[in-house]
Amino acid sequence: MRGDIFAFIKPRKALTNSNSPRVYRTEGIVLKGYDFGEADRILTLYTPQLGKLRAIAKGVRRTKSRKAGHLDLFTRSNLLVARGRQLDIITQAETIESFAPMRIDLVRLSYAHYVAELVDAFTVEQMANYPVYATTVATLRRISTAEDPALSIRSFEVQLLGLMGYRPQLHRCLSCDTAIEPVSNRFSPKMGGVLCPLCASEDRAAGPISVQALKVLRNLQTNEAAILQLPELPLEVGQEVEARLQEYIEYRLEKGPRSVRFLDQLRTEGARP
Amino acid sequence: MSVTAKPITRVVDELSRLPGIGPKTAQRLTYFLLRAPAEQAEALAEAVLELKRNVVLCERCFNITDRTPCEICSNGEREASHICVVEEPLDVVAIERTGQYRGTYHVLHGAISPIEGIGPDELKIRELLGRLQSAQVEEIILATNPNLEGDATAMYLTRLLQPLGITVTRLARGLPVGGDLEYADEITLSNALAGRSQI
Ligand SMILES: [Zn+2]
Ligand SMILES: [Zn+2]
Repeated sequence: MRGDIFAFIKPRKALTNSNSPRVYRTEGIVLKGYDFGEADRILTLYTPQLGKLRAIAKGVRRTKSRKAGHLDLFTRSNLLVARGRQLDIITQAETIESFAPMRIDLVRLSYAHYVAELVDAFTVEQMANYPVYATTVATLRRISTAEDPALSIRSFEVQLLGLMGYRPQLHRCLSCDTAIEPVSNRFSPKMGGVLCPLCASEDRAAGPISVQALKVLRNLQTNEAAILQLPELPLEVGQEVEARLQEYIEYRLEKGPRSVRFLDQLRTEGARP
Repeated sequence: MSVTAKPITRVVDELSRLPGIGPKTAQRLTYFLLRAPAEQAEALAEAVLELKRNVVLCERCFNITDRTPCEICSNGEREASHICVVEEPLDVVAIERTGQYRGTYHVLHGAISPIEGIGPDELKIRELLGRLQSAQVEEIILATNPNLEGDATAMYLTRLLQPLGITVTRLARGLPVGGDLEYADEITLSNALAGRSQI
């Protein structure tokens, strides 16, 4: 991606027309960025009203840059943006929230990478989705302070899947539509939910899902605040919930999120700094 | 555009892949070379080839060099007990310019960026650990960039190195020279506060 520096040049989409203002204000979260030219960076931001946005931040790699600290990864900032021919240009930036505690903890930081990667992977440019923005902000806040950031991540995954139209069906069998009983059911990433034991053959790739894991997933789906009651969750159930969500996300994205690899590496090298 | 001769398009395409060079600049440079004497174009082509043929990575510090171990690593007056860890070869150049540092370097060739799929295994981290076994190292100075990727790299290295009983330090971070306090972001300001020194 770094090699192909002109990949970003593509025709403007419908959002811009002749009477749109030359400068606009928005807030946004920096999802990712890469170095460009002498001292610039091209950033991917998520904004409340404009959705995903790519813009160039000029000179931010110089140590004297006034904007740099306000445009570091995962910072939520107020921005003044000028429309450019190919890419919009960030002319001013001021931090609203930097989620500071997450920046000094490698595990929390890796979760932030994961959150940003999922938002980037699931959304397309210039399509607004305010709830996605709100969930992202709330999740970054939680992972910078919550005792167990992993639970905030599970909640985020479920919320985001729902907001993108991939809400998993967890109450009725996807094949025969009967209510799911508290027995050993199957979870089908391909069909997007649960299959009852009688319909297990509808998707041979669907793995088993335990009654407890299903309950946790339902909880996360109906009630975002449910995560507050989850810390007593047994380790195996937590791992199962994580694995099922991961399979579903991988299926939807047609690839595994890259930041998961670093998270796994940190976990195997010994939990905390 | 189709009227442009193929050799011209080819040079324009190659040049516009360089950092900081847009299609317009690439075109200007190409036409400059076209008008320049043949010797000048040949000298440039030769210099570029030389660059790829005769430049290697130092087997010890992984800096770019024309012989290995590099000049710094093989200089007996540099303190091998001090290793300054940087992201890129250009960072070595920047620190050398200060004339203040008498130790050696280690170039990681990047920074940890999970979202880009760059983890510890993609950097020269294992090689750094290898150096610690063969030489008596007292201090490792982490001089990664003052941004989130640089911080993540420094945090990861600290986790690895501290248990080995080596002093790990980090470049002081604070307010840039020439700036106004009011424009500083909160992270820079709190770093400057935390790293304040008595006068
Ligand atoms: Zn069924
Ligand atoms: Zn060397």
